[in-house]
Amino acid sequence: MKPEKLTGWGRTAPTSAQVLHTADVREIAAAVRAAGPRGVIARGLGRSYGDPAQNAGGVVIDMTGLSRIHTVDAEAATVDVDAGVSLDTLMRALLPFGLWLPVLPGTRQVTVGGAIGSDIHGKAHHVEGSFGNHVRSLDLLTADGEVTTLTPDGPDADLFWATVGGMGLTGIVLRATLALNHVETAYFLVDTEQIGNLDDLMARQSVGDESYAESVSWFDAVTTGPHLGRGILTRANHARVEDLPARSRGNPLRFEAPQLLTVPDVFPPGMLNKLTGRIFSELWYRKSPTRAGAVQNITQFLHPLDIVGEWNRGYGPHGFLQYQFAVPFGAEDVIRHTVHRAVETGQVSVLNVLKRFGPGNRAPLSFPMPGWTLCLDFPVRKGVHELCEELDELVLRAGGRHYLAKESRATPSVVERGYPRLDEWRKVRASVDPQGVFASDMSRRLSL
Amino acid sequence: MIDAVGNPQSLLLLGGTSEIGLAVARLYARRRPLRVVLAGRQSARLDEAVADLRSVGATVSTVEFDALDTASHPAVLDKAFSDGDIDVTVVAFGLLGDAEEVWQDHAKAVELARVNYTAPVSVGVALAERLRKQGHGRIVALSSVAGERVRRANFMYGSTKAGMDGFYLGLGEALRGEGISVTVVRPGFVKTKMTEGMKPTPLATTAEAVAEDVVAAVAKRRELVWTPAPWRIVMSVFRHIPRPIFRKLPF
Repeated sequence: MKPEKLTGWGRTAPTSAQVLHTADVREIAAAVRAAGPRGVIARGLGRSYGDPAQNAGGVVIDMTGLSRIHTVDAEAATVDVDAGVSLDTLMRALLPFGLWLPVLPGTRQVTVGGAIGSDIHGKAHHVEGSFGNHVRSLDLLTADGEVTTLTPDGPDADLFWATVGGMGLTGIVLRATLALNHVETAYFLVDTEQIGNLDDLMARQSVGDESYAESVSWFDAVTTGPHLGRGILTRANHARVEDLPARSRGNPLRFEAPQLLTVPDVFPPGMLNKLTGRIFSELWYRKSPTRAGAVQNITQFLHPLDIVGEWNRGYGPHGFLQYQFAVPFGAEDVIRHTVHRAVETGQVSVLNVLKRFGPGNRAPLSFPMPGWTLCLDFPVRKGVHELCEELDELVLRAGGRHYLAKESRATPSVVERGYPRLDEWRKVRASVDPQGVFASDMSRRLSL
Repeated sequence: MIDAVGNPQSLLLLGGTSEIGLAVARLYARRRPLRVVLAGRQSARLDEAVADLRSVGATVSTVEFDALDTASHPAVLDKAFSDGDIDVTVVAFGLLGDAEEVWQDHAKAVELARVNYTAPVSVGVALAERLRKQGHGRIVALSSVAGERVRRANFMYGSTKAGMDGFYLGLGEALRGEGISVTVVRPGFVKTKMTEGMKPTPLATTAEAVAEDVVAAVAKRRELVWTPAPWRIVMSVFRHIPRPIFRKLPF
């Protein structure tokens, strides 16, 4: 182990920890047993924006060494996989069998362990729910150094569901069995709608989601005036072989997801400003005219940002944050107000996402709830703190909450108010880890 | 833990009655719940500082701290860290002294050097050790534009600030890879008790304005900040003026 400086994807608040790189589960168990007062936390690919995979002064275990796909059962559509395997690797391995991960977030560069710990969601949430809904079983290394196999309805169901969305604080997920979907092709049939303002966008998005497997919209939070909040609604279903153009039919499960370039770490602060934000938003809006039934590949439809490696560097050395919340249906005013305030206060956010969630799951700290989720990203600069504080209050009063995988600046009370079942989760955690061996910068900052 | 936009949960002020240091603490306390440790000598002014910070909602404790007693500094810091991590430490103590008296009085000259240079080095080294152990932390070192080019008019003070400024810039380099940042702050003339009765120079500022700049600089993990900002340009011109000409300038 050696000390390393770590941050989340937002590149804010760096801290240093002893990092253990290993592919040996016994070494991980030994590190947990030998944990000092500042504890241990697992880290995957570091795609959480804030500080849940950092542990200042303590131990961080790099899980990407645990990278084996053990078995794929094509008939039953399940896979038994190590926690350190990325969804990218897993998708590439599963597609030749015609198998598909039901829940994919905005990037494939997350590990299975991280996906469980954050109970991630994707554009298919209204149909598939979140990642935890598809975990058949998981092996959890607990504070005593022992490994327990947990299932969603077994004798340790409480611990299973406390681990789903538990930000790595109940133990370390070593391995999991996931349920999968069958697909015929690796392509989508995409309906795109260009919609001129936010109210129309939300109204349009509110009807018809049920006929699509995937649904999300991007909106413009920079352009002012009557086009405020104009956006692109994209909804899609998996394409069948006969939907594909003739040239793609020979290889319908082809994985088209290149990474074309990696952003160098040379950008000064302020690259994303009102001007560049406006240009980006204009182009992003213009590039997607209304169109029905277009065939798109994985990268085009699901993960456009994965074409570019380390794109977070473009935000410069001071980093950026994502502000993502969910509010129940009926609280559409919070969405409107948020977009208005972002524009009014001049904070520039370009990668804005709006989606309707389906029902949540049993996990006490799972983020999704029936309602809307909205995500904005802001470079760290003057005024961001004040804007986010103002929005926190609005979200919480509407009965909403914030996504811990994105969270990097809230307070303990914001989490307590947003997650009414926090105490229930704390009880499970206290029973399995009474000494608080599992700890992170986030758990300290938010008194989880 | 400090958050993504630079809100700390705890702050240690070395020089517990420093007006700039207290202004920084007040700003943070108004933003978020804050635990403050004031390190200073017991005095009515320290009690006032405690009351003042409590009135803006901070949780305040004090530790006895004598800058001249360098041998005691490790123990003082242990005490300051005994209630948990310290996210931001402001090194804010210092003496100005009477410029003409201090270079002609041996005892006073040595005292000024010890308070303004030796003591900051002493706490800086002890602080770095504790921050490395907790794996994070941000240090704010209050330097001065006077250290950038030492002038005849206050060369005793200027030379001590030049020394402490260099030490903290270097400490920041040494700690770069460890998740600990050091921000050296170079204010110009600040209207405080320390400068009472002196004629303000151009670009004179207030403790509150300096504090605003400090809070912004800490959030961005900046290594060096001039406050107000135009001092950077002024001093980079001064630095290059040949000595025979510099000497004739009216300040």
